[in-house]
Amino acid sequence: MDDQIVIETVENYIRGEMNAEEQLLFENLRKSNPEVDQLVVEHTLFLQQINNYGERRNFNTTLHQVHSDLTGKGEINTDLPKGKAKVIYLWNRYKRVAAIAASIAGVTTLGVSLLVNTLIPNTATDKLQELGREINRVKTDQIEQKKEVNNIKNKIDDNTKIPFRTAGTGFIIDGKGYLVTNAHIVRNARNIFVINSMNEQFRATLVYTDLNKDIAVLKITDEDFKPMTSLPYGIRKSSTDVAEPIYTMGFPRNEIVYSEGYLSAKTGFNGDTLSCQLGIAANPGNSGGPVFNHNGEVIGILSTKETEAEGVAFAIQSKYIYNVVEELKKDTANQKIKLPTKSSVAGLNKQQQFKKIEDFIFMVKVN
Amino acid sequence: MKQETNEKTLLEGLARNDRMAAETIYRDNYNMVQSLVINNNGSTDDARDIFQEAMIVLYEKAKSGSFELNCQLKTYLYSVCRRLWLKRLQQMNRFINNGDNLSETVSVDDDLEEHGQKDADFEMMEKSFGMIGEPCKGLLDAYYLQRKNMQEIADTFGYTNAANAKTQKYKCLMRLKKIFFSQYKKQ
Repeated sequence: MDDQIVIETVENYIRGEMNAEEQLLFENLRKSNPEVDQLVVEHTLFLQQINNYGERRNFNTTLHQVHSDLTGKGEINTDLPKGKAKVIYLWNRYKRVAAIAASIAGVTTLGVSLLVNTLIPNTATDKLQELGREINRVKTDQIEQKKEVNNIKNKIDDNTKIPFRTAGTGFIIDGKGYLVTNAHIVRNARNIFVINSMNEQFRATLVYTDLNKDIAVLKITDEDFKPMTSLPYGIRKSSTDVAEPIYTMGFPRNEIVYSEGYLSAKTGFNGDTLSCQLGIAANPGNSGGPVFNHNGEVIGILSTKETEAEGVAFAIQSKYIYNVVEELKKDTANQKIKLPTKSSVAGLNKQQQFKKIEDFIFMVKVN
Repeated sequence: MKQETNEKTLLEGLARNDRMAAETIYRDNYNMVQSLVINNNGSTDDARDIFQEAMIVLYEKAKSGSFELNCQLKTYLYSVCRRLWLKRLQQMNRFINNGDNLSETVSVDDDLEEHGQKDADFEMMEKSFGMIGEPCKGLLDAYYLQRKNMQEIADTFGYTNAANAKTQKYKCLMRLKKIFFSQYKKQ
């Protein structure tokens, strides 16, 4: 059978244009021949699609006609609102654009004026200079006034200087401003000041004190104090051997003083296990100072000296600093304290060690 | 009650391709949709497109015969237009808020999904018709859409007799079918 005739027959069948006999015949063919069946299904779908297409197209045309008809009759109003309403309409439509444009314009204007200000040379120099002089005069006036005020202040200071009761030595154990000194130095203190080897004075507060161990921890609270970075010395956890050479630094007077000696015994006065005995020339004011071994490790805190014998001093063993700091850390404010364990000056000679360390030793003044 | 029957009659008219029905629905609802679109950053042209698309949705539903309007015709059209317009705005990235006065509308998601499918079919057929070119396009249009008989077609298109026109039509039909189904299967 010719393909063309097949399609025509199928179309006739789909449209129901066959008579009963033909229809029966075709249905039998459809049942026996799956190819024909397939064709019928396919063609039915296709004709349906064409029909839908046609109807939809016609309806579109109808809609367009209706639209223009109704607009022509004025029954629907497709004109944009006139007059004031139009302005509102346009405003509503473009306000976002307008806002963006306005902000861009604003930014540009600012940018341009800034550029102009920076690029164009000052034209009115005469006036500006005059003005400059004015300002200078005001400035000098102010400086003079300040000087005056300072003079007055100094005079007051001189007159009312609070005499410091005791003085000792302390040393930094944490760069954030924590110092260790002797508890007996800061006992009953109202004000504590610490002064470094450059003669800079800072205010400090007592954060921990243990009179039994004779250890106190101070914190520098002064705004001028700049946190220190790495500490040159470490603090030794274990005890040291007898006869090891040691040295200390402290402020028996208003200048840092170095003195040398040796560890004479592992226990302190009358067998006190907290401390150890040193053979060193110590003076009042050395109290609270660090005792270093030759590697620059802190092995103790110089605390007392025997009154009946010359050259005998006692130091609190450095491992108790760790105990104290553990106690301190229980307070959340001090949780971040970290003790230096490693000495970076080991192997250097004493002069070099001294130079590196002296900045970390402070005089502690109390009133 | 009267209004309900009235709307039912209108839908029946729409399904019968009754122009008066389409015109009545158009007249009663267009202005509402236009203000919806214009108040939401649209133009009158946008409003016309949206409303006519909604009319097509309604038309398809009416033709399917199984359509039961369970709210006012106005509400239905408003809901459809609203969804269509929101979709359009989202495509233009100009609308994010989706939650306002939803209670005033009815859910038309399913209807629009169906419409989307039909729309795709329509476009596919339109594209296929565009691709076969003249005179095939005119020939098939005349036979299948305007339902003219073969003799008329032979006269209009200048074929010597109806049989010739028939052969030509058959060839065109095969081409159209081939193009259409190649796209249809891709879908």
